[in-house]
Amino acid sequence: MREPEAASSAMWELTKMRLREFYREKGIIFWVFVFPLLMAIGLGIAFRTRPAERPRIAVVAEAGGALANALLESPRLSAELKDATTARRELAHAKVDLIVELTAAQPSYIFDPALDKAPVAKMVVDSVLQQAAGRRDPLVTRDVTETHQGSRYIDFLIPGLIGMNLMGTSMWGVGYNLVLARKRRLLRRFAVTPMNRANFLLSYFFSRVLFLVLEISVLVLFGRLLFGSIVQGGLLTLIVVGFLGAASFAGISLLIGARIENTESANGWMNLVQLPMWVLSGTFFSYERFPEWLHLPIRFLPLTALNDALRAVFNDGASLVGCASQLLVLGLWGATGFLVALRTFRWQ
Amino acid sequence: MEQVAISCRNLRKRYGQKAAVDGIDLTVPAGSCQGLLGPNGAGKTTTVEMLEGLSDPTEGAIELFGVAWKTGQDQRLRERIGVQLQETQLADKLHVDEVLTLFRSFYPSGRRPEELLELLDLTEHRHQQYCRLSGGQKQRVAVACALVGSPDLLFLDEPTTGLDPRARQALWGVVTDFRAKGGTVLLTTHYMEEAAALCDDIAILDHGKVIARGTPRELVDGLGDVQFLDFELATELNEAQFSAAPFVRGINRKGKRYRLTLDRSLGSLRQVLEFLEAQAAVPIGLSAHQATLDDVFMRLTGRELSAETIDASGPKADPANSGKSNNESNHA
Repeated sequence: MREPEAASSAMWELTKMRLREFYREKGIIFWVFVFPLLMAIGLGIAFRTRPAERPRIAVVAEAGGALANALLESPRLSAELKDATTARRELAHAKVDLIVELTAAQPSYIFDPALDKAPVAKMVVDSVLQQAAGRRDPLVTRDVTETHQGSRYIDFLIPGLIGMNLMGTSMWGVGYNLVLARKRRLLRRFAVTPMNRANFLLSYFFSRVLFLVLEISVLVLFGRLLFGSIVQGGLLTLIVVGFLGAASFAGISLLIGARIENTESANGWMNLVQLPMWVLSGTFFSYERFPEWLHLPIRFLPLTALNDALRAVFNDGASLVGCASQLLVLGLWGATGFLVALRTFRWQ
Repeated sequence: MEQVAISCRNLRKRYGQKAAVDGIDLTVPAGSCQGLLGPNGAGKTTTVEMLEGLSDPTEGAIELFGVAWKTGQDQRLRERIGVQLQETQLADKLHVDEVLTLFRSFYPSGRRPEELLELLDLTEHRHQQYCRLSGGQKQRVAVACALVGSPDLLFLDEPTTGLDPRARQALWGVVTDFRAKGGTVLLTTHYMEEAAALCDDIAILDHGKVIARGTPRELVDGLGDVQFLDFELATELNEAQFSAAPFVRGINRKGKRYRLTLDRSLGSLRQVLEFLEAQAAVPIGLSAHQATLDDVFMRLTGRELSAETIDASGPKADPANSGKSNNESNHA
């Protein structure tokens, strides 16, 4: 009756189960691979780097005046001759940044000081007018231009998308999956077998590792092909950072999945944990925009640490040592989550 | 091999004030099949889950093969038991053979998945995803998973619920086969004929207590030498006069349908018919059956087992099992 044959290892079988559950679920493939790509395409196009725009100005003047011509012909400006009423309306609608009135003896600049572009427009217009009026600059300067890899928005965005994606897949793939298995009473079915329970939880980590290599590769390759984003640091370094990030979130989500019995509250917890980090952790825009006193607490969020570390490797070519502090933050979150979860985990 | 597979004493499980299991003693000899029978909520599943080591008893002691849970030998015990739980959904996206290979990998030794697929008539579904299976097929996969580690002790919790009669018969064959090789079985069911067909010993549970125990034969014989008559009458029966007859032990009535408990030591079917004829009552669709475990349960609790546990997909082999009233009037 008993056949002492060599059965396949439980660890490997459990990992295979995770992988199969993953790739046989078409919805998951969309959210993990297609969705971030669409996001990158959309945002990449919306915020693509364009040559610096020339100030748009309206010139209110008699045609043919020397000053008016200087403005209209300057390559540094996009200037048009307009009557006073049209000019005012366009200023009000921010179609022009500034109005130059040359009808009186003394030229005047009309602008809204609250608009970002007005001061620049004023400087350029003033410089053109002064030179036309005969000003000679006492100091001769020259321009040296350089374009740096990594300064574009898409270069900022792609590591952030990788970070956000790793957070999502780890949270849903581990915590939610456990709650689902508990709800479907699969956990208790496993609990009456001699299955090694540590193996069971480890299988989540192994399957995550295999998948995160794919997740990272897809976004990196895509950024390279479509936007010419190049990983400055080592690809392996990027994957190691990604793994630590995924492990950290797996630990946190294990904690969520340790006891919850129904998928609705699991849903709520997942969003409660993830939503603030989507906003705060510098995925789509830099958290430097938040007030100074918030920066330190934000840096202690796991997604911030992951995004910062991924960006350092991606854009600045940092080594693992270079982002040690972020890795430490990730490690602390992951280890705390994992240890507490192991003590509180319920099989039924 | 040990003499006793399961023993538990004074087993209790309380949830708050409510006692789900209220003092159960059980000794199951190795190689036998013990049945736990009772309506939903009788405490069958709670009892089984404590025996399986899934939940801790509030009170009482459990030993499997002379070993208690939580004495450092849980792993060894789990290798020796095979479990089919109620309402377990296995991994949805896995194919049937993958589910079995997965479960097989948990045990140091066991049976080949292909062999079990064959045994449970699942071979043609082996590459199908679990979530696409019918309820009965899922149930058979669950039983296959319980057998894959070659257990010495098999726990089956309502294994044939939702199976069609043919699949049910096939599963009974699997259980019989398992026992023929020396295995011990603990089976819960609310199908009386299943308990009668498979079990050496039956404990009838109600409200967390064992209210009767014995072999199927003993339990039925405990009712005495009785026979049951079912019939319909177009006219009104003079019940008072009828039940005064010495051989009538009881009358159940629901609308025009009657069930008569007949004491065969005191009268015969012929006398009943004569009695009816004397009243000018013409019985329609008359049928007689010997006492079954259903009748035992009814006698013990005053309730019909099958009426409480109607299962849409569970066909009743015995027509007398279904749709009867509970207004029993005993005249013992």
